[in-house]
Amino acid sequence: MDLRRFRPLLALVLAVSLAATACGGGSSASEDGGSTIRIVGFAVPEAANRAIAEQWTKTPEGRGVEFKTSYGASGDQSRAVADGLEADYVHFSVASDVTRLVDEGLVAEDWDAGPTKGIVSSSIVVFAVRKGNPKGIRTWDDLVQPGVEIVTPNPASSGAARWNALAAWGQVVANGGTEEEAEEYLEKFFANVVSLPSSGRDATTAFLDGTGDVLMAYENEAILARQHGEEFDYLIPSTTLLIENPGAVLIDANPKAEQWLEFVLSEEGQRQFALTGFRPVIDGVEYGEVEGANDPANPYPEVEHLLTVEQDFESWEALSEKFFDETSGIVTRVIGESGKAS
Amino acid sequence: MTAWSPAAGRSALRARPTREGSLTPVSGLGLGIAVMWFSLLVLIPLAAVVAASTSGGAAAFVDSVTSAQTLAAIRLTVGTALAVTVLDVVTGTAIAWVLVRDRFPGKFLLELVIDVPFALPTIVAGLVLLSLYGPEGPLGIDVANTRPAVFLAFAFVTLPFVVRTVQPVLAELDREVEEAAASLGASRLTTFRRVILPSLAPAIAAGAALSFARGVSEYGSLVLLSGNLPFRTEVTSVRILSSIENDNTAGAAAVATVLLVISLVVTVAIDVLKRRLVRRA
Repeated sequence: MDLRRFRPLLALVLAVSLAATACGGGSSASEDGGSTIRIVGFAVPEAANRAIAEQWTKTPEGRGVEFKTSYGASGDQSRAVADGLEADYVHFSVASDVTRLVDEGLVAEDWDAGPTKGIVSSSIVVFAVRKGNPKGIRTWDDLVQPGVEIVTPNPASSGAARWNALAAWGQVVANGGTEEEAEEYLEKFFANVVSLPSSGRDATTAFLDGTGDVLMAYENEAILARQHGEEFDYLIPSTTLLIENPGAVLIDANPKAEQWLEFVLSEEGQRQFALTGFRPVIDGVEYGEVEGANDPANPYPEVEHLLTVEQDFESWEALSEKFFDETSGIVTRVIGESGKAS
Repeated sequence: MTAWSPAAGRSALRARPTREGSLTPVSGLGLGIAVMWFSLLVLIPLAAVVAASTSGGAAAFVDSVTSAQTLAAIRLTVGTALAVTVLDVVTGTAIAWVLVRDRFPGKFLLELVIDVPFALPTIVAGLVLLSLYGPEGPLGIDVANTRPAVFLAFAFVTLPFVVRTVQPVLAELDREVEEAAASLGASRLTTFRRVILPSLAPAIAAGAALSFARGVSEYGSLVLLSGNLPFRTEVTSVRILSSIENDNTAGAAAVATVLLVISLVVTVAIDVLKRRLVRRA
């Protein structure tokens, strides 16, 4: 048999085995990770986490620690960790993305037992409007007037977008309305929605490119976008919902990760969050001026009536079932019917 | 690129001087590698999708694919993909013709630009489409959050398929045959219909099948422009994403399986059409 004919094949086999050893080398290097913390999180707090990491590595505990980070859509990131993406510390936009990991046995049952109940960053639901607010939007009732066009990320495909729908429903009940009235409000609200992009980021892009009059946004996203030079106004309705983003250390994590979480929850850690638009989760944080806020000197004014998941919706699990169940959820049904009506 | 057409594959096999039903050691090895590679990348994942779709039981499968919102999304996706495929067949063949048969300034540039929809990450394509055909577009055309937006996004990403499959075949086509047909008194239309089209049919069919498959699966380029409005502009991939977000992988796989079956049926139908065309000539 002519051996020369096999040469290309031999080369292929060699190349494949070389590639395989190279990959093997790569993964074993990340496994030893004595002083490497792997952060998996949703996209928004990336800038804050980077700033916190920089501060932490200046302290005795954090000295010499290196970070490997992965940021993306909250649900996707959570599913990736459940499916084997290695992580020491996770930071998601909704609690259900952490409880998914509790169900998989990757995060301890008591992850939310700490003083902040597992919450590491927080914000509130706000309205982003065109510069100068030409439609004069001030209140939730203004949103459902005829001719007002709303952009909101899709609560069906974006876990983070669920905060907006909850706020819209909750503000009716909080101000003395019945659940039926809240549902009627939601129907009018989604009848005015002109675009349901898949994620918060896509919704912001669509809004900034001219779609709609008002974007349902988070205060921190609005501040961050304005820090980056985007031109629009945002306003805080008198009743709105507190957005709470959970963070947790995994069971098999690098022991350093616990110290990292402590630092994230410390005054210094929360100061970095505040500077990028998040409301601190502890009291007494000094952050000076926050660029991009409506009033940089008083960036986080107190909300007249602030709803929370715990007080107004029982728990994230309960509200997921009630509002977002794929077949019977209130929001799922209202969105579906808003499409049929027109 | 003609390797996509099954006819070309057959003639290549026939060219091999082997006894019927036996393979040389080298071609045996080649076939082995091909099948293994194909299995790893395509067959096993597809089988996993189909298996996952039934993991919730038959009732759950039927529920997820017969919800009114999902059906509306499937109708919109398949309908738009079919319409875009027809458009691609006509414009793609015309563009390929212009590129092969005509000489004009800027031809080189056009050659390059055709592939842009291939090269661009789809989300970038979405951004481009939104800034061009959105509310603040410079052309004064605003299709944002309407069904034409879905059509536009599909048309954009599927444009190169028919062009790139037809082009090399057209370039290889023997002009003498056309001249012979003309000298025998055939009109230009008859020559095109009876001589050129049958030779191009396999390439057009291959391109059409690719266009359709790409359209049905498209997501990135249209999410910004289409608005994802249920019953209006929501496509199937967005429905699948919603199911995944709800940790309903069985539902997501069920819808994916239905799409797979539809794609298979359409691909086979295109192949049958092509055979008819070739046979009639």
